[in-house]
Amino acid sequence: MYQYNDFDQAFVRERVAEFRDQVERRIAGSLTEAEFLPLRLRNGLYLQLHAYMFRIAIPYGTLNSRKMRQLAMIADRWDKGYGHFTTRQNIQFNWPKLRDVPDILDALADVEMHANQTSGNCIRNVTADHFAGAAADEIEDPRATAELLRQWSTDHPEFLYLPRKFKIGITGAPNDRAATKTHDIGLRMVRSSDGLPGYEVSVGGGLGRTPIIGKVVREYLPKADLIPYLEAILQVYNLAGRRDNKFKARLKILVNETGLDEIRQQIEARFAEKRAEWPPINPGLLAEIEAAFTPPVFEPAAPVAPVLSAGLRSFIDTNVAEHKQPHYAIVTVSLKPIGGTPGDATSHQMRVLADIAEELGHDDLRISHEQNVVFPHVPRRHLPEIYDRLKAAGLATANIGLVSDIIACPGMDYCSLATARSIPVAQEIAETFADIDRQRDIGPLKIKISGCINACGHHHVGHIGILGLDRAGVENYQITLGGDATETAVVGDKTGPGFAYDEVVPAVERLIGAYLDMRTEPGETFLETFRRVGMGPFKAALYEEVRSDAA
Amino acid sequence: MARKFQPQMATGNDLFEGDVVYFTSTGCWSRDIGDAALAVNSEAADDLLARASAFPNEVVSVYLVDSAIDDRGRAAPAHFREVFRTRGPSNYPEHGRQAESV
Repeated sequence: MYQYNDFDQAFVRERVAEFRDQVERRIAGSLTEAEFLPLRLRNGLYLQLHAYMFRIAIPYGTLNSRKMRQLAMIADRWDKGYGHFTTRQNIQFNWPKLRDVPDILDALADVEMHANQTSGNCIRNVTADHFAGAAADEIEDPRATAELLRQWSTDHPEFLYLPRKFKIGITGAPNDRAATKTHDIGLRMVRSSDGLPGYEVSVGGGLGRTPIIGKVVREYLPKADLIPYLEAILQVYNLAGRRDNKFKARLKILVNETGLDEIRQQIEARFAEKRAEWPPINPGLLAEIEAAFTPPVFEPAAPVAPVLSAGLRSFIDTNVAEHKQPHYAIVTVSLKPIGGTPGDATSHQMRVLADIAEELGHDDLRISHEQNVVFPHVPRRHLPEIYDRLKAAGLATANIGLVSDIIACPGMDYCSLATARSIPVAQEIAETFADIDRQRDIGPLKIKISGCINACGHHHVGHIGILGLDRAGVENYQITLGGDATETAVVGDKTGPGFAYDEVVPAVERLIGAYLDMRTEPGETFLETFRRVGMGPFKAALYEEVRSDAA
Repeated sequence: MARKFQPQMATGNDLFEGDVVYFTSTGCWSRDIGDAALAVNSEAADDLLARASAFPNEVVSVYLVDSAIDDRGRAAPAHFREVFRTRGPSNYPEHGRQAESV
């Protein structure tokens, strides 16, 4: 885990003191709301439907037990005893009071955390593969690069007032678990012809109103060139990105309007200048960062008792992934209990997760963009104990990657931008498919739900995507099919007319029923079937009942 | 034909707590939607918004919204967003305004 140096620590404390002063001046009335609003947003503080919401950065989704326990403390002391993990690998608290936020920020600074750049038109929290440093398929841990990018982008004076927010996602593995192609810049580690690790760079990805999959602008970028190349992209964007229309201000629109070849030429020209003027990265600094991400000292292989309990076997089948050490495992803890709120954890659960990580998992925790928690380094011999302890805390739901492992944004239960609710739709779908045998029969299926067009719930890249809208004062849900967030990323296709709130779950049931009827064999996934047969048969199944009702 | 004027109420969020408040006919803010003052024509609505906006260091994000009228003649939410604002999040009945009424 990267440890703050004196500079980081001083910077974060100064920001807290600055915001404390701003809150005091707002309360005293010497700052107006119009003046205060951008200041509070720069510190992660939003005003939502029922209360303020405070968004805390979890850089590249990495936590340790100390940080997780502090989040639990904050939840108990200043909020309502729970937190919500987001699709940006952040955590949000839904009930903070304005006066308390500077104290919360100080408590975060105590454990080297902050809320900087979790809002506003700046470079946001860099997200990374949640299996980084552990995955069997990985070339290298991408988090040293992610930390370098965090340091480079934090308070970067040139990039604090971009045309719009700017997101960077990074993975060190060929299998993209970090949805990098949906980011303004997506970095995917690849090897050069002579075997050196570097990055394939994609630009102009993004969901929201205009969903676009990022396009490869550079097939191979040596690691040493990363910062000047990214500065070149940011400068081209900062200069040419549209500021006249919020909806056309993201990099994806610039790339589309300019054309990939032209934008590539502009970036490369700027890069040639930047590379000449940019000093090489201080090797001492880089070594310091890389040292912070060296793998833990793995214990020697030990005999593992045979798995006898059906519950544990089911848990291992769905929630445990291969580690690069054969006698280790990566454990994903589902924050999607049947009927629960996707991504929510109570303070008690946070402490249980912290304890397990500290005692049995090399003190490492990750937050995934799919709103789950990961123990990246677990000796396989500890799996039974971990399972038992998770189960006692209501955290052993064995549904990772299955129909009830749903991404859902907060929607109109919290968010002031939302046009419809997301959470109860997710809850009802999970309850409908609660039977684990049924879920396993259906197999890998990603349902993603957003409560407005901004697409925080990533609905465009869900195998089944659900978008909640306000149609003439009534909640209405539009369905897309065939989306994919991985290395084969694609935006899903709209099925047709939307569905009323109480029609959504039956619609999803019809889609899944159609898939089960059409798959050639149980191993053919929903997405594979959709790719083979196309929209037609699914659409027929989806609207059949509606049509027969009308007849 | 002009659309029939929908009665309006003024609502916002408390600066300190962030919770939902309504502007009343006595010129103060209430946490009960039933207390909300109703404007029944566009001139009254402009006036209501102007009066409600005169508390910039107490209430923020002030806006006018369509109001229904309940069977006791009191203001009630017309749109589902405003219904949710009177309650709180549906996933935690123990949180938000709905928790106070049980």
